[in-house]
Amino acid sequence: MSTPVESNAAECGQRGESVRSDCWVAVTLAKAGGIELDFKSKVESMYGDSIRELILDGLSRLGVVNAKVEVEDAGALPFVIMARLEAAVRRLGGDVGAGLLPEVAPNTDQASERDRFRRSRLYLPGNEPKFMLNAGLHKPDAVILDLEDSVAPPEKDAARILVRNALLSINFSTAERMVRINQGDRGLEDLDFIATHNLHLVLIPKVESPVQVQQVDQRIQTLLAKEKINQPVYLMPIVESALGAINAYNIATASPNIVALAIGLEDYTADIGVARTNNGRESVWARSQVINAARAARVQPIDTVFSDVSDMAGLRASVLEAKSLGFDGKGCIHPRQIAVIHECFAPTADELAKANRIVDAFEEAQAKGLGVVSLGSKMIDAPVVKRAQRVVRMSGQ
Amino acid sequence: MDVALTENAAGRDVPTRINGQDAIPFMGVGKYRPRGHKAAPSIRTCADYPDDGNKTAADLRTALKNAGLADGMTVSTHHHFRNGDILGNAVFEAAASLGVKDLRWFPSAAFPCHAPIIDHLKSGVVHHIEGSMNGPLGDYCSTGQMQGMGVLRSHGGRWQAVQDGDVHIDIAVIAAPTADPFGNANGVTGPSACGLLGFALVDSMYADHSIVVTDNLVPFPCIPWQIQGNNIDQVVVMDSIGDPSKIVSGTTQLTKSPDRLLIAEMTARFIRDAGILADGFSFQAGAGGTALAIAIFLKDMMIEAGIKSRFIRGGSTKYLVEMLEQGLTDYILDGQTFDLDGVRSMRENPCHQDTSPFTSYNYHGKGCFASMLDATILGATEVDVDFNANVVTHSDGRLLHGIGGWQNCLFGKCVILPIPSVRDRIPVIVDRVTTLCGPGDLIDVVVTERGIAINPRRQDLLDAVKGTCLPIRPIQEIKTEVEQICGGKPQLPKLGEKVVAAIKWVDGTVIDCVRAVGG
Repeated sequence: MSTPVESNAAECGQRGESVRSDCWVAVTLAKAGGIELDFKSKVESMYGDSIRELILDGLSRLGVVNAKVEVEDAGALPFVIMARLEAAVRRLGGDVGAGLLPEVAPNTDQASERDRFRRSRLYLPGNEPKFMLNAGLHKPDAVILDLEDSVAPPEKDAARILVRNALLSINFSTAERMVRINQGDRGLEDLDFIATHNLHLVLIPKVESPVQVQQVDQRIQTLLAKEKINQPVYLMPIVESALGAINAYNIATASPNIVALAIGLEDYTADIGVARTNNGRESVWARSQVINAARAARVQPIDTVFSDVSDMAGLRASVLEAKSLGFDGKGCIHPRQIAVIHECFAPTADELAKANRIVDAFEEAQAKGLGVVSLGSKMIDAPVVKRAQRVVRMSGQ
Repeated sequence: MDVALTENAAGRDVPTRINGQDAIPFMGVGKYRPRGHKAAPSIRTCADYPDDGNKTAADLRTALKNAGLADGMTVSTHHHFRNGDILGNAVFEAAASLGVKDLRWFPSAAFPCHAPIIDHLKSGVVHHIEGSMNGPLGDYCSTGQMQGMGVLRSHGGRWQAVQDGDVHIDIAVIAAPTADPFGNANGVTGPSACGLLGFALVDSMYADHSIVVTDNLVPFPCIPWQIQGNNIDQVVVMDSIGDPSKIVSGTTQLTKSPDRLLIAEMTARFIRDAGILADGFSFQAGAGGTALAIAIFLKDMMIEAGIKSRFIRGGSTKYLVEMLEQGLTDYILDGQTFDLDGVRSMRENPCHQDTSPFTSYNYHGKGCFASMLDATILGATEVDVDFNANVVTHSDGRLLHGIGGWQNCLFGKCVILPIPSVRDRIPVIVDRVTTLCGPGDLIDVVVTERGIAINPRRQDLLDAVKGTCLPIRPIQEIKTEVEQICGGKPQLPKLGEKVVAAIKWVDGTVIDCVRAVGG
């Protein structure tokens, strides 16, 4: 789709009966004659005038003066139309400057925190606008706008513009805003588009060595410095291979901006040459390795996704297992998985009651200036207090 | 067609005459007082009907001819095939071949499969339609091409119109899954069983002449006789009266949309946390994906709380049937069966009661049970900041849906609209609904994915949910948020002056009208 029919023509986006919330844009440059706009929209009667204005203004900002422009709109929001238009014009080559940045939506500028909850992170395909708008309403701890596996290679350029615009335009509610970039140089180029636009965290796929993390970190630091942005962009490397698992601790400590270390099992099991099973025996070592590396590096260990959306009992078992191994979070590919994940990571009533007693005793001891914490006749060690504090935090109290 | 308009109590300009008949503007909920006596069909004698009870006619054309079909008559049809009906088209094909003109079609429901009626509208066989219009018929009417004015009524309003004599049916043609030669008919047996024939009951009782058409003729008696042969003039057997695969889906589909599931879950939580979910309560849920999901969430909550409901109003589906069979409700009061489990249950389970618009909806009766429901769940294409709602037109002003039982259900104790606040950049919460179908006085709660808005009129509900973790928000605030997302307030649709359809309220008054689209 991204291959121009002729060198002065390019298109972008989706069209057809089943398309929702997206639009298709085709631009054919001309020598003269100004802009000839051929526009069809499912929301013509409501937003036709404002969309035409948006397109004409956008073309002028992108430096397109003479062209035939066709647009088929299936209820795309303004940030989507802008992204498709910009991507189509970029495909023609030429200089588009900073591109067509949408206005920043209200209440999207909160910073993240290093040790915030990352129990659930909801994957959203980076080139599919229809899932983006309401993702935050399902209250995941994070959304991941994915530029990697869920985006077909010819659409990578379009997806990074759409994702950039989504970061600016969508209020993802309380969710941390994450982007999974591509591997290697393409991933570094992804950063040029997204790093300075309301981004909290970058997931780096298929990490096997600390250098990969450092390259990403340096690129981000350069981009942030250029825009004088002080808010940090955190990193979450994903271990997805035997070599990555072997190097897990070095990866987890590769940058001070790393806040979590994740494991991806589809690729890992393929790499070690076994099938991925539900009981997961084949990956116990790698998962424990990632957990221990992450804990040693004082970052959060995060488990892979559970991919059978219809199997809620399987998901529950999988999350409870992840929790028992030591993981702090789990990936999800469907919003209905979020509540189950949160529920499973939450401490049981007994765990919480016990933790509360320990934390209370600790606080009481501190208030009295006592060096030793005791509960009843028992002495409480520092790590026990720390674990109790984490339990209380996990309960959301 | 020049139409005199007057402003009704809801602030809408409505026609005072519709297709040559006087029309009363909406006066407010419960304000219009009907007078006089119900309409009555003419008295008949057994002397004119065969003693052996055999009323079969050779075919539909012959039956219509026997019935004295003539220019200007009102012909009603009822079928149960939804978008797979053959009968409606067959009736007017036969009418055309008999050379009659200017008929008023008074269907219980019209579907996209009735597109061939457009040819009869063009040729003058059919003058206009009084019934739901969607698909090609909706477009034809919306673009102002129909000779007469369309009239849209609720299920209860249809009964009221016939009963009160607003609409006199000359000939009724009723498709029945099973019938006997005397005209007794039911919907629970036969190869195209659909459950019940409640919508056609009024036609059979009040029409001058009633014809039952079936593809499954059984010897007398056809038991149960949901339609009584004593009201029927003729019986016609056809090989096929429709595509049975369109009657009911084998299994009803639950929504998979995470956003709709979220809305469904919030709705169920609202019903629970507002204290409505209590032992012996009642609720109504349709067969839409979201409504089904709500029923399932409620079911889990009922099991958890150890309570059961006294009755559930369907549209029955396998999910409601499961609740009946698991003892979570004493009764299903069913107006329309949506899947094969529902049909089976109605046939076999005496606690699965078939109903008609008379028992459930008719506003001009001695009460109806729609007002007894503790929680009523309905849809809408638009809701405005005064909680008025639209179900018949798209936001561009085009006719999209019939009213169904929607208006009648508004009389429930707590009326809840679980709807997305935005559909593909179309804001659903607006300043003023394009077409008013239900007044905000009767709509209590709007549940969207962005929060729950409670009608300020319902302080009791606002108090009931205080202190819960439900996301209660002013409707205006949700509207503003949606407009911000959509890129500003939408333009108003460009509508013409011509009135193409009138929207009746449950009491027969005119609550709003639909203008031609496209200026």
